[in-house]
Amino acid sequence: MFRPRVIPCLLLKNKGLVKTRQFKDPIYLGDPINVVKIFNDKEVDELVFLDILATVEKRRPPFELLSKIASECFMPLGYGGGIRDLADIQTLLGLGIEKVIINSFAFEQPTFVQAAATQFGSQSIVVAIDVRRDFLGRYQVYTNGGRVAASKSPIQWAQEMEKCGAGELLLTAIERDGMMNGYDLNLIKQVASAVGVPVVACGGAGSVSHLAQAVREGGASAAAAGSLFVFQGPHRAVLITYPSAADLHQAFA
Amino acid sequence: MLVIIDYGVGNLGSIANMLKKIGAPATISADPELVARADKLILPGVGAFDNGMRNLHERRLVDVLNQRVLRDGVPILGLCIGLQLFAQRSEEGQLPGLGWLDAEVMRFKFTEQPAPLKIPHMGWNIVTPCQPHPLVTDWPPDSRFYFVHSYHLVCHQASDVLAQAHYGYPLPAMVAHGNILGAQFHPEKSHQFGMRLFRNFVERV
Repeated sequence: MFRPRVIPCLLLKNKGLVKTRQFKDPIYLGDPINVVKIFNDKEVDELVFLDILATVEKRRPPFELLSKIASECFMPLGYGGGIRDLADIQTLLGLGIEKVIINSFAFEQPTFVQAAATQFGSQSIVVAIDVRRDFLGRYQVYTNGGRVAASKSPIQWAQEMEKCGAGELLLTAIERDGMMNGYDLNLIKQVASAVGVPVVACGGAGSVSHLAQAVREGGASAAAAGSLFVFQGPHRAVLITYPSAADLHQAFA
Repeated sequence: MLVIIDYGVGNLGSIANMLKKIGAPATISADPELVARADKLILPGVGAFDNGMRNLHERRLVDVLNQRVLRDGVPILGLCIGLQLFAQRSEEGQLPGLGWLDAEVMRFKFTEQPAPLKIPHMGWNIVTPCQPHPLVTDWPPDSRFYFVHSYHLVCHQASDVLAQAHYGYPLPAMVAHGNILGAQFHPEKSHQFGMRLFRNFVERV
């Protein structure tokens, strides 16, 4: 049976793993290699790493760390943060990272997504879309880790990026990040129904049933989460977990 | 010597990582002379059909592959597009395939409208063998693999289908025609299940 993917989305900051709330207040979780080994042992569907400072600090991807991660991981891997060069994409793919995630630079230079998709194939190119509501309640796309308003609606941007050849969209509701109160189903529904490519929902998962909701009610192709897989209990103690294959099968049945 | 053929369209790092993990030495190469000396081959691949064929031709690999696979019977494992290139032709491209299998490559077609499933087929799916074969030795019934594809093989010889997956309808997930073997999914990204497949290919085929 085919089951939608459930993806831990991990944030890198200065070589450590962190978890944010609404893109703010990063809490240190631990050494990425250790965490990755645990997720590998738990046989997760896929892993996504986002370097949350690479773009802001104008840094290139942390290749050495990613190379170590890729040699420990036997599942699909995505990386985003500071990608603004086709040669860097080539390097990432060569390391064994098969999906590169582009966010801010897609705005600076939309032709970059097109060039990347042409050279490496759409299946390797993911565009991340971070969304927050403005004071009128309208959804707006933000770049640079939620710092810069892009003056675009997520639907419009998603369709543009699909046209440029993005093979997948990672859609994050900034207000839900780290809140564990459920996905923004309305946002997911709007974007997923407007494009043909898979949409990965992110932001807000607090339970396995939330994951299934993102797919069943939101129309997402996959559900990503951070806090759900790294925190335990009301005091947010750090504990790396992942639902068993049987639990996921049941949740998505 | 096991050679992973580097023809510019694959995620070779992942395959090499997994073979290293299971202790199987492998060489990544685009050199026709090295391919001519290999006693096992892996043809990886992602991307478009014509791009794959074009790259094989540009690197002068087609003749040596035909010799080694068709004449000398060297086992070859095609992965994803690598497998699709074994077919006669593909709906995705204009160029003829290697033509080793009596098969063609078609895009997913769902009769129901609106389509019940998204294309590409991207994610984990159960792969069930249809016949015994060294490649599927010790195969637990819940063996799952990571797929990413919009096109799939259609085998005209049912006996070539080694294992099936189901996405809207049953499709060939693995093929076996003598020494010509292939998987539509990505074992290099499929945890212990992929390691088992590679181990079977290295030790039992």
